[in-house]
Amino acid sequence: MAEAIEYKQIGRSPVRPDGVDKVTGRARFGADLVLPNMIHGRVLRSPHAHARIKHIDLSDALAMDGVYAAISGKDFINVEGGEVGGEGGGTLGDVAKNVMARDKVLYHGHAVAAVSASTIAIAEAALAAIKVEYEPLPPVLDVVAAMAEDSVLVDENNYTKLPEKPDNASNIANVGKLVRGDLEEGFAAADIVIEREYKVPMAHQGYIEPHACVANMDETGRGSVWCCTQGHFEFRAMTAKLLGKDMADLKFIASEIGGGFGGKTVVYLEPLAVMLSEKSNRPVKMTMSREEVFRATGPTSGTVARVKVGLKNDGTITAADSWIAFEAGAFAGAPHMPGIMSMYAPYTIENFAVEAFDVLVNKPKVAAYRAPGAPQTMHAFECALDEAAIALDMDPLDLRLVNAADEGTQAPYGPKFPPIGFKACIEAAKKHPNYSAPVPEGAGRGVAAGFWFNVGMQSSAEVNVNENGTVMVIEGSPDIGGSRASMCLMAAETLGIEYEQVRTQVGDTESTGFCNVTGGSRTTFATGMAVTQACEDVIAECKKRASMTWGVDEDQVEWQDGVAIPAPGVNADVKPLSLAELAGNAAKTGGPIQGRASLNAQGAGASFSINFADVRVDRETGKTDVLSYTAIQDAGKAIHPAYVEGQMQGGAAQGIGWALNEEYIFDEQGVMENAGFLDYRIPVASDLPMIDTQIIEVANPSHPYGVRGVGETPIVAPLATIANAVSRSVGKRLCDLPLSPPNILAELDD
Amino acid sequence: MAKVVFPDSFLSFTGGEREWHCPAENYRDLVQAIVRRWPDLQEPLDKSAVAIDGNIYQDAFLEPINPDSEVFFMSRIEGG
Repeated sequence: MAEAIEYKQIGRSPVRPDGVDKVTGRARFGADLVLPNMIHGRVLRSPHAHARIKHIDLSDALAMDGVYAAISGKDFINVEGGEVGGEGGGTLGDVAKNVMARDKVLYHGHAVAAVSASTIAIAEAALAAIKVEYEPLPPVLDVVAAMAEDSVLVDENNYTKLPEKPDNASNIANVGKLVRGDLEEGFAAADIVIEREYKVPMAHQGYIEPHACVANMDETGRGSVWCCTQGHFEFRAMTAKLLGKDMADLKFIASEIGGGFGGKTVVYLEPLAVMLSEKSNRPVKMTMSREEVFRATGPTSGTVARVKVGLKNDGTITAADSWIAFEAGAFAGAPHMPGIMSMYAPYTIENFAVEAFDVLVNKPKVAAYRAPGAPQTMHAFECALDEAAIALDMDPLDLRLVNAADEGTQAPYGPKFPPIGFKACIEAAKKHPNYSAPVPEGAGRGVAAGFWFNVGMQSSAEVNVNENGTVMVIEGSPDIGGSRASMCLMAAETLGIEYEQVRTQVGDTESTGFCNVTGGSRTTFATGMAVTQACEDVIAECKKRASMTWGVDEDQVEWQDGVAIPAPGVNADVKPLSLAELAGNAAKTGGPIQGRASLNAQGAGASFSINFADVRVDRETGKTDVLSYTAIQDAGKAIHPAYVEGQMQGGAAQGIGWALNEEYIFDEQGVMENAGFLDYRIPVASDLPMIDTQIIEVANPSHPYGVRGVGETPIVAPLATIANAVSRSVGKRLCDLPLSPPNILAELDD
Repeated sequence: MAKVVFPDSFLSFTGGEREWHCPAENYRDLVQAIVRRWPDLQEPLDKSAVAIDGNIYQDAFLEPINPDSEVFFMSRIEGG
């Protein structure tokens, strides 16, 4: 088992390699690239949440001095079908219509036209000169009302995806269901039953860097796109398909990225910038304002969840039955399936059912957001369990321990779990000094569990040994959470050299092999596996070069601590050869030393968590103060522990914000009323205590170093943790998020 | 023979049959056997992930199937 090994590099937390550039401002983010003769693109967005486009007239805009090009939906090819990867991905046809509306606008802020001009001011004046004739339609805004048979339809051609096509169109795009056991029997065996409805609002990832790109196309239709993205290979493929181009004609370069959290896995600006650059014969830069980010990029789904759970007096869950409606936004693709697959995952439950609906509404098309779907569903179930713990007078950790899934437990989505760390997280929480400490006077303590599957997917890596024995790793996973440092650590550990001897670079689409998006907590797991294999390739090559130097067979050479040595028992009077010595002599032994690997990583290990928090509610103002917050999570093996803690703290901060304040507020016409950080209230440093973390390490046997993904799970537990703490603090079960001051005051007055 | 468990979304294709026992040496053979019996399952199978003996594969192909293997089909997962 990996955990029994003493590592020399892995488990250290060296200074991040990109840190100096970021704190000095040298790092170049999406909007930082400037090219000669570059002009600027801007997007005209719909003032209606739901309307037919009757006519678009670009002529006045095109006639303006300084305007190079103007485009609308008619300039794009028709693209149908084709699944786009990821939760919230939907179909390629839907991505095409989301990038630029065709016959209808489906949410306020939907792109209807775009221009390029020599200055931003001229581009914005040109947008004002575009004439669009709309036929406004009633917006569909409430997810439950949208499911009614007589609802206005967001898409008249949407039929619920069932084995047999229904007779009538509907706003319900997809239905998902999981069932096991006998619900009637399960509820009959229960001593208590908790039944509630819970609401979680639509919320944005809140990444600090708005979307931005520069496209530079030449006269032959070839060119480069520099953009902030979680996956430049997939952006290249999507852009090429939407424009009918050969992907080989497009080079995509990932800039530094100021956060993504799933929101930068689908294209918005890139196809427009490429088309405008081709028509303008100039490089075109496009950037979104914060308001555009809110109105026109994908948040995550708001949900309505109904939960019924039965338990015995000893805390054993006997049955659970849930119903959940997910807002998809304007196109199908809510994360309803991962949501329901996560909902009961931490527990052994013999009798359960859960049904979820992917529902179209006239709001922005949702995109992935950390552990897509799980925070919403697990908020509902973890709140119900907390209420059950109170009713049974049980410690909420003990109630979870009674039901905790372990190795061999059959997950609600089918397979039996391999080794997992959920029980270890609960036991760590029970022993944690923050949990032993008394709850402060007037405060409430909330507890909740988190879970995410984690994934592997495709990655490539190359490892080049420089002439002096230092090592250059090239891989294709944009570094969002510190993956370059993790790759350096795994490469150094594998090669037996120091971290400081390794550099990692994220290659563009023409300089390294394909990598799926940085998402799903897959990069340290899967790209790390590719880097490890590429380093093993280097070691094999080094052993070969040493055997040539010494005149012995390859199997008579071993690799130890970065040095080639004769295998035990080999009778050779030779001097060990370091990586630097082998590299320095490489010209004589076959040329540069290089290793490569490409793989589709399998065996990602699920990551579980337990969070607990103390909060105090001011009953006069409704404001909640988070007094302490503790996050405990199984990382498998923390390659760079400070980064793992950072993921846990960041996810907790985002989850606390979602629980307490964050929400999309729409008026009756479907116009978002709080499209800016002044009114869309994400937590700032003064809102949060230090997030205490404890990393649990139950090694994933499918990874050479035991890694599980760590980036998704941290956002799952905080919603229910805070809701449970607030409910215990005020002595009333509060089921709807956010628990903002006005909402809490309304509940307390009720 | 390996035990194959279908998710709820497959049951309308299998006539309500949730479990099926099938001899197969690897995943490709297993899928071919399933599709021979239920041809309409080809597309749902292509879009599914699969768990073989607890290990989840997003893109399985020649993964070995043992006589006592448990195979579960499930929705594909990615994440944020």
